[in-house]
Amino acid sequence: MNPTGTPSAPVSLDLDPFAPEALQDPLPMQAALRDAGPVVHLERYDVYALARYEHVHTALTDWQSLQSGAGVGLANFRYEEPWRPPSLLLEADPPLHDAPRAVLSGILGPRSLRRLRETWSANAEELVDQVTAEPSFDAVTALAQAFPLRVFPDAVGLGRDGRENLLPYGDHAFNAFGPPNDLVAKGALRVAELSAWVNAQCARDKLTPGGFGARIWDAADAGDITHAQAPLIVRSLLTAGVDTTVHALAAMIYAFAAHPAQWERLRGDPGLARIAFDEAVRWESPVQTFFRTATGDLSIAGSLVPDGKKVLMFLGAANRDPRRWTAPDAFDLARDPSAHVGFGMGIHQCVGQHVARLEAEALVTALARRVRRIGLAGEPVRHLNNTLRAWSSMPVRIELA
Amino acid sequence: MATETSATARGADSASAVELRVASKSPAADGVVALTLARADGGRLPDWAPGAHIDLVLPNGMTRQYSLCGDRWDARAYRIGVLREPDGRGGSAFVHDELDAGDVVAVGGPRNNFRLAPAERYLFIAGGIGITPLLPMIVQADMLGVEWRLLYGGRTRSSMAFLDELAVHGDRVTIVPQDEGGVLDVAAWLPEDLDGAKVYCCGPKGLLDAVEAHCAGLPAGTLRTERFLAADTGPRTGDHAFDVELRRSGRTVTVGPDRSLLQALGEAGLHVLSSCRQGVCGTCETTVLDGVPDHRDSLLDDAERAAGDCMFVCVSRSVGPRLVLDL
Repeated sequence: MNPTGTPSAPVSLDLDPFAPEALQDPLPMQAALRDAGPVVHLERYDVYALARYEHVHTALTDWQSLQSGAGVGLANFRYEEPWRPPSLLLEADPPLHDAPRAVLSGILGPRSLRRLRETWSANAEELVDQVTAEPSFDAVTALAQAFPLRVFPDAVGLGRDGRENLLPYGDHAFNAFGPPNDLVAKGALRVAELSAWVNAQCARDKLTPGGFGARIWDAADAGDITHAQAPLIVRSLLTAGVDTTVHALAAMIYAFAAHPAQWERLRGDPGLARIAFDEAVRWESPVQTFFRTATGDLSIAGSLVPDGKKVLMFLGAANRDPRRWTAPDAFDLARDPSAHVGFGMGIHQCVGQHVARLEAEALVTALARRVRRIGLAGEPVRHLNNTLRAWSSMPVRIELA
Repeated sequence: MATETSATARGADSASAVELRVASKSPAADGVVALTLARADGGRLPDWAPGAHIDLVLPNGMTRQYSLCGDRWDARAYRIGVLREPDGRGGSAFVHDELDAGDVVAVGGPRNNFRLAPAERYLFIAGGIGITPLLPMIVQADMLGVEWRLLYGGRTRSSMAFLDELAVHGDRVTIVPQDEGGVLDVAAWLPEDLDGAKVYCCGPKGLLDAVEAHCAGLPAGTLRTERFLAADTGPRTGDHAFDVELRRSGRTVTVGPDRSLLQALGEAGLHVLSSCRQGVCGTCETTVLDGVPDHRDSLLDDAERAAGDCMFVCVSRSVGPRLVLDL
């Protein structure tokens, strides 16, 4: 707060959060941003960065002052053409955001997901049995990618063919929230082909009855959304529902492999599975950053953010802000990770968070039952993405229970 | 001048985000008062969309539902319109006669059973105080550039609230006081062809019955109604203390009036995962084995609330002195 009421220019820094070194290990840069001030002007992109929990939380909830409709990436839809038709959820504000959000909240809400619990647990048991037949394996490909790709497309109601397109499509979509750097250029080579496949899967006749996708179309029949909106809302599921969960699961497995005592603790109290997942989401923040756009001249903690400027919220930095969390760098199941901003907060808070939690609970419960020890068997390798914190490989060694 | 986006992160941890202060009270028509509610610290209130209502727990223990009819772009105030129900059981009379600016009331929700769905055209029909949920819908229809019309009936012109706010819309609004024009002739006012339109109606039973009869046979979802019930909406209480038996852990925790159930559990060392702490996201859903939850969330529909087998411990409490949870 600025007692004089006249906001002043914030601290300006020349650092690039999307440079390969920063994506490889964002923690030092995040600490520097948090310590530099509540708002930091990033000269290179002319954006305003928030890295402290308090201000990230406020920015996430204040949809009136910080809009999503001008894009939640660096590109400003006020001045630039988006690479695809904007998402009706992520890249929309009230009132346009309301109906799609309400429909999807119902379909992906905890009470709607209960019917999936048994199937997903059985699937997790089966996968874990197969994978742990070997004493060492790559936890990214064998578990973190394999499990969501096994259960989520079925739950959506996708056909069998082409599911391998989901990961590269999501990877590109999340890269595209950043600046047009090498990562975006690399993805752009296949973007037409991948978009065409994803868009084709959103059609009503491609989706199995009873799945999330078909229920979105049912909502159009009920008049809650329009038939024109239905395929774009299905697209949101396919864009946001796979990579994010994959990287969150990898984060959780990595956390346990690196913290044997916490694994012991979970095995002693499997009821901690849900806490463990959210603690992993806090600790690694699979979605590291999102942008908003100032809807007018704005004062954040006394710093001026001019109308139309992009505000870059560092969810990962907020989730490790020592002003909010005790020993934030520790992965600790004794902690209550509630109210972390890894799923966002406010009206855009991840609508699929309950789906991700259910997948995680199924997988880690099956793993804890079967595996006595899990440890790194080699150096894990980061996968670089402009928005996501991810691994491309994670060799692990296990001992069966 | 720059707008200050002030910190509310603390609010997520406050014991009782549901206690609101009456910021202002003013007459809106004969027998109708408008109340503005705000947090004592001026912080943000939970978000809402047109059609949403809140549960108002009055200091005399009665609970009533009122549609939000203010501006959702103002995150720090709720506005409701309260009709004095001459035959009511005292809830509305209390608001009219006893409740003053500065008083504190407990609030549940907002919840929304009357959402504004996309349409090519809106036809709004209001009877009396039923105008309240339609006011923010009209604002949004304008904002979206969607064509709309309103038919608004009431006993007399002087008993019809918010006419001044509607005056700017010219002939899109048809005002029919009963003593001047008789009861609303819905059939005559609604167009023959309702293709692509949605009809939103709120008001007394007779009006709703007439509109439902007229719209029978239209495609699903064309007509959307909200019935305004003067009846008490079921068990709701103030913030009294209660005991919670945690059956799986074999423990009992006392929840004081100044603590949320979630906080009390956390202080007893039992962390229930939560996220929004406003009864919005659903993360802290907990199974209820016995007792009657005092639901204050924005998630459960009426049937789910009545079932009483689950609750959101971040905002909801207990009707009676004891709850049993599957924790």
